[in-house]
Amino acid sequence: MRREAPRSLADYTPLFFPGLMLIVFFVVPFSTMIAVSFFKRNPSGFYTPDFVIDNYARFLSTFFGGVLGFSLMLAVLVAVCCVAIGFPFTYLLTRRPRRVQTLWLVGLLSVLSLSEVIIGFAWSTLFSRTAGITNLLVAIGLMDKPVALLPTFGAVLTGMVYQALPYTILVLYPALVRLDPTLLEAARTLGASPVRAFFNVVAPALRNTIVATLIMVFVFALGSYLLPQILGRPQHWTLSVLITDQAIYQSNMPFAAAMAVFLVLISLALVGMTLLVGRRENAL
Amino acid sequence: MSGLNINAITKKFGVFAAVDNVQLNVPHGTFVCLLGPSGCGKTTLLRMIAGLEEPTSGAIVLDGEDITPLPTHKRNLGMVFQSLALFPHLSVGDNISYALRIRGASREEQKKRVDELLTLIHLPGFADRPVAKLSGGQRQRVAIARALALSPKLFLLDEPLSALDAKLREAMQVELRQLQQSLGITTIVVTHDQREAMTMADLVVVMGHGKILQAAPPIEIYRKPADAFVADFIGITNLLPAEVDSAGRTTILGTAIPGLAMPAGMTKASVSIRPEDVHLGEPAGGAITGQVSFVRDLGGTIETFIEVGNTSIVAVTTPRERHDVPVGAKVGVVLPPESCVVLGS
Repeated sequence: MRREAPRSLADYTPLFFPGLMLIVFFVVPFSTMIAVSFFKRNPSGFYTPDFVIDNYARFLSTFFGGVLGFSLMLAVLVAVCCVAIGFPFTYLLTRRPRRVQTLWLVGLLSVLSLSEVIIGFAWSTLFSRTAGITNLLVAIGLMDKPVALLPTFGAVLTGMVYQALPYTILVLYPALVRLDPTLLEAARTLGASPVRAFFNVVAPALRNTIVATLIMVFVFALGSYLLPQILGRPQHWTLSVLITDQAIYQSNMPFAAAMAVFLVLISLALVGMTLLVGRRENAL
Repeated sequence: MSGLNINAITKKFGVFAAVDNVQLNVPHGTFVCLLGPSGCGKTTLLRMIAGLEEPTSGAIVLDGEDITPLPTHKRNLGMVFQSLALFPHLSVGDNISYALRIRGASREEQKKRVDELLTLIHLPGFADRPVAKLSGGQRQRVAIARALALSPKLFLLDEPLSALDAKLREAMQVELRQLQQSLGITTIVVTHDQREAMTMADLVVVMGHGKILQAAPPIEIYRKPADAFVADFIGITNLLPAEVDSAGRTTILGTAIPGLAMPAGMTKASVSIRPEDVHLGEPAGGAITGQVSFVRDLGGTIETFIEVGNTSIVAVTTPRERHDVPVGAKVGVVLPPESCVVLGS
């Protein structure tokens, strides 16, 4: 097929629709948010148009810095856990017969239909002292008496990994299905045990997929604001929780907007850095 | 006993027997070609030797040791896959030295062995190139070098040359055979190309429906095929019906062939005769008479197709010995009895 540079305006028409969607659903809201982040808060009502940097200045405190650091750490941890669990799982799934694969994928898709609220309350029941999983451990004699597993950091992490895992698997699945199975067999004929072959061959061959999945889960986890509140203590709350709090309960739109912009910029920077490191390693 | 012994190996997928009670002895240093149409079980047999597939029953014995229970990575073999399966994230040198790294060889040892192998496959100085930058033939050689890195006892290749174009394939066949002879390594190649098998093998094993139909040196397979399937699969052949008439003479297409004897007690059989053994002459007594239907003049050889009743016979001659037989002409077909192989009914 020959590729020609577009000449007339008509040649650009296929771009109009996606361009329009991008403007309406991304550029306009994001610009509004950036604008609002510089507005002045009106304590009696909403906000008044202005240009002040107080909102950003307020953010640069140890408290909000700490929350930002915790949010990023949590998101990274969720991403790493999801890939660490999802990658071997998906790999083993792709080795099963087609029918088994379909059943598992349908099951995983059905998890996606659960809302964050339902997932949160389901886990809070499972982690509770009265009706939780510790009762099972007591029943089989592994524990003396049931304990509450929440609110804890572990509970927040479990809930968020549970929520993000189906996405992780669905993103990894196509790449793993296409992976040439003889790569692994070749490694085995050269003397590598199956586990060693997996880490030597399968993981490096799919490094780009793994990096892309890590970024996707990271961004996904960064936006979570319900699960930390349901399953964690206030010190486990993420920046998204504070943004919600400021925007809805404190009616401080400008400050919420400033935090949101900051979060977006920091995440973009992290994603950019990850890609840069990935590219440098590729060039070696 | 030295070499590879495949002892009554069977592999069943459900009720379907992909490999059915196969028995084969491969003396040390032999080049074996497993030959057959797709689905005949040759790849499954190779994968069982490699340990990538578990046999349903039977045993594989290498140099007197039963390796059937050993996992692939403990069998000390080198294998080249149809897809080559070069590791895309590693350089040529790192691909070749992978097995050495697993064994914990030092950097100097690795480098020395990689240089040795690159010289052996005529690609010196390629160690630092990425695999993606190689041509098809170069990838092929790297895959071979990688499989030979540890000087394995057994060298297995699964349709190794099928991705190459015809000319390169023929050159690689010769190279592979010379390499095998210089190393003296027991080698098993799976192929569906009879020409490839004839070029390389000491022992050709023709398989069909999971069974070995014939295992013999290439020229014996060609000259004395065990049955019609083997005769048809190896090269081009004429399969003609033979009968014993009331006078006790063996006839082909109604013409008596003096000197051709049927095994005792048989009255009907198939006879295989290679096209280069069919002689054309004047339509006269003693010859089968037919009509030329097509002539394919390839320059080096001439293929003449002759219709005798409903049967087609093909004769291959060189231009030097060619009779002038235009399409439509009546010719006499002479079948020398010593070139006819009686295959049974």
